[in-house]
Amino acid sequence: MGNVLIYGEHAGGNIPKATAVAVGAAQQIAAASGGDTILALLGNDLGGVKDAAAQLGATKVVCVESADLEHETADIRTLTMKAVAEATGSDTVVFAATTAGKDIAPRLAAAAEAAIASDVTAVNDDGTFVRPMYAGNVFATVKLESDFKVVSVRTTAFEPVEGAAASASEDLSLSIEKPGNAVEFVKLDATVSDRPVLTEAERVVAGGRGLKSGENFTTVLEPLVDALGAAMGASRAAVDAGYVPNDLQVGQTGKVIAPTLYIGVGISGAIQHLAGMKDSKVIVAINKDADAPIFSVADFGLVADLFEAVPELTEKVKALA
Amino acid sequence: MKILVTAKRVPDPETKIKVNADGTGIEEAGIKWVVNPFDEIAIEQALRIKEAQGEAEVVIVSVGSSDSQEQLRTGLAMGADRAILVSADNPDPTVVSRILEKIVEKESADLVILGKQAIDDDSNEVGQMLAQRLGWPQATFISELEIADGGGSATCVREIDGGLETLSFPLPAVITADLRLNEPRYASLPGIMKARKKPMEEIDAASLGIELGRSVTIVSVEPPPERAAGRVVKNVDELIAALQGEAKVL
Ligand SMILES: Cc1cc2nc3c(=O)[nH]c(=O)nc-3n(C[C@H](O)[C@H](O)[C@H](O)COP(=O)(O)OP(=O)(O)OC[C@H]3O[C@@H](n4cnc5c(N)ncnc54)[C@H](O)[C@@H]3O)c2cc1C
Repeated sequence: MGNVLIYGEHAGGNIPKATAVAVGAAQQIAAASGGDTILALLGNDLGGVKDAAAQLGATKVVCVESADLEHETADIRTLTMKAVAEATGSDTVVFAATTAGKDIAPRLAAAAEAAIASDVTAVNDDGTFVRPMYAGNVFATVKLESDFKVVSVRTTAFEPVEGAAASASEDLSLSIEKPGNAVEFVKLDATVSDRPVLTEAERVVAGGRGLKSGENFTTVLEPLVDALGAAMGASRAAVDAGYVPNDLQVGQTGKVIAPTLYIGVGISGAIQHLAGMKDSKVIVAINKDADAPIFSVADFGLVADLFEAVPELTEKVKALA
Repeated sequence: MKILVTAKRVPDPETKIKVNADGTGIEEAGIKWVVNPFDEIAIEQALRIKEAQGEAEVVIVSVGSSDSQEQLRTGLAMGADRAILVSADNPDPTVVSRILEKIVEKESADLVILGKQAIDDDSNEVGQMLAQRLGWPQATFISELEIADGGGSATCVREIDGGLETLSFPLPAVITADLRLNEPRYASLPGIMKARKKPMEEIDAASLGIELGRSVTIVSVEPPPERAAGRVVKNVDELIAALQGEAKVL
């Protein structure tokens, strides 16, 4: 049977948890097919990332280095991943359902005439996959009707491989011609934060339109975020209003998170928001409207004015430390 | 410049979606159908390009049942010039991308703008697949778009996990719209009147000479697991006690 290839993300010399989780999902798929798991690393001068990649539990790490792979543009990476799949005898390619994975995976599926399942939440023994639809109101079991398959996996639904032995590493030299109309990377305005990564954090405090301004995010919400050592998230309304940057958006069309503790502050709990945080272990909602839909998924709801409750909570959390 | 945009017919985002009794799909009774919100943003962007360029044609395409005429009329009422309905029975994203490839070729479009995902199946696939089939550059999840060189190239800002990424590329290209690209206009009354007279072509997908079989079969659908009901706490002290005691997360 064929091998399972994983698309390895990396930035600034680090591999995100999303990729470690994708390896975990790939292992489940490979267990059914009997193939190996192969982690593909694409980049220009991979350096120390190769060693980090070898710790994730894949059978093998395959590295492709080229100046054309400096940035994560979908056109050249699709061609490269297709060639790596062929060279490694892989018949399934797994991506994490991150923005990078969602950008490249469908393009690869089209290039390989492969069937694709996006945002997969479970791998079944019979080779079918489970994926959410309608903002998580429906979970579909789908069968991919092609020999070569592409999947992207929801990172909150799988676990990294624990205690794996170091993988063998191999350099693969491919001659992929960059298309004449290739996309050019111009710049990345990266969000810099000392806080935990939103999608990896154990605790998340998310703010909504109820915060009323970006300034209130800073003065009212952030002290609680930091007292808890949490990551900060937001509703779409808060992002749209410009209170916080786009990459904090949690939901159907933002990030999907499942921390141990999620605290939603001044968020009504629209279905599109719930789609991104409903799988959190413990959900707390602070909202002055007792009828806000967020209370229907909250383990603990506090009906209160956030401008009073949040500073009080912050002080009392600090006092615990 | 010719801009092709898509308009998928989907349930209104406010609709409470339920799995139907036999677990094969959703309960369709009582659903209000709208243009996929992300497609509305795509249409709006095409109209803005047309307004900025002076000369451009905006062609709006929907793939699906004949009911999608309603969504195409909405796009025409917003200001699109003409519409194409490709009738196809229950196509999956792969099939839709094959159909759109044919339409783009037939129309010799310079730019295709789609919503980044449709809020029914949430696949987020068609734009990327289409770009690959056409061999065109793609920019997904965009929040800003600038057309340069008199329609020869474009620069886009993309909303990605780590922040905002800027890309530039030559046209023709495929781009997919994210929420913050623009705020779509409402159709005006004169717009709605005019839309009635705008051309709507109907094409049978079977006439396009492509594989129409789904590559993804939906075996069954289920509702999500229910969360156990929680409780309301009286004050901050009770909340902290609950998080420390019952929940053990503090
Ligand atoms: C296609 C589409 C995709 C979408 N994707 C997403 C997504 O990914 N993520 C997302 O979050 N949304 C998404 N949305 C938007 C979603 O439908 C809601 O509009 C949004 O989540 C609302 O944000 P909010 O809860 O912050 O604001 P609101 O709904 O306005 O709620 C604000 C809440 O704050 C409370 N409040 C106000 N003042 C106070 C106070 N002083 N103290 C305590 N509480 C207070 C109010 O009672 C209210 O419940 C999407 C919508 C569409 C159509």
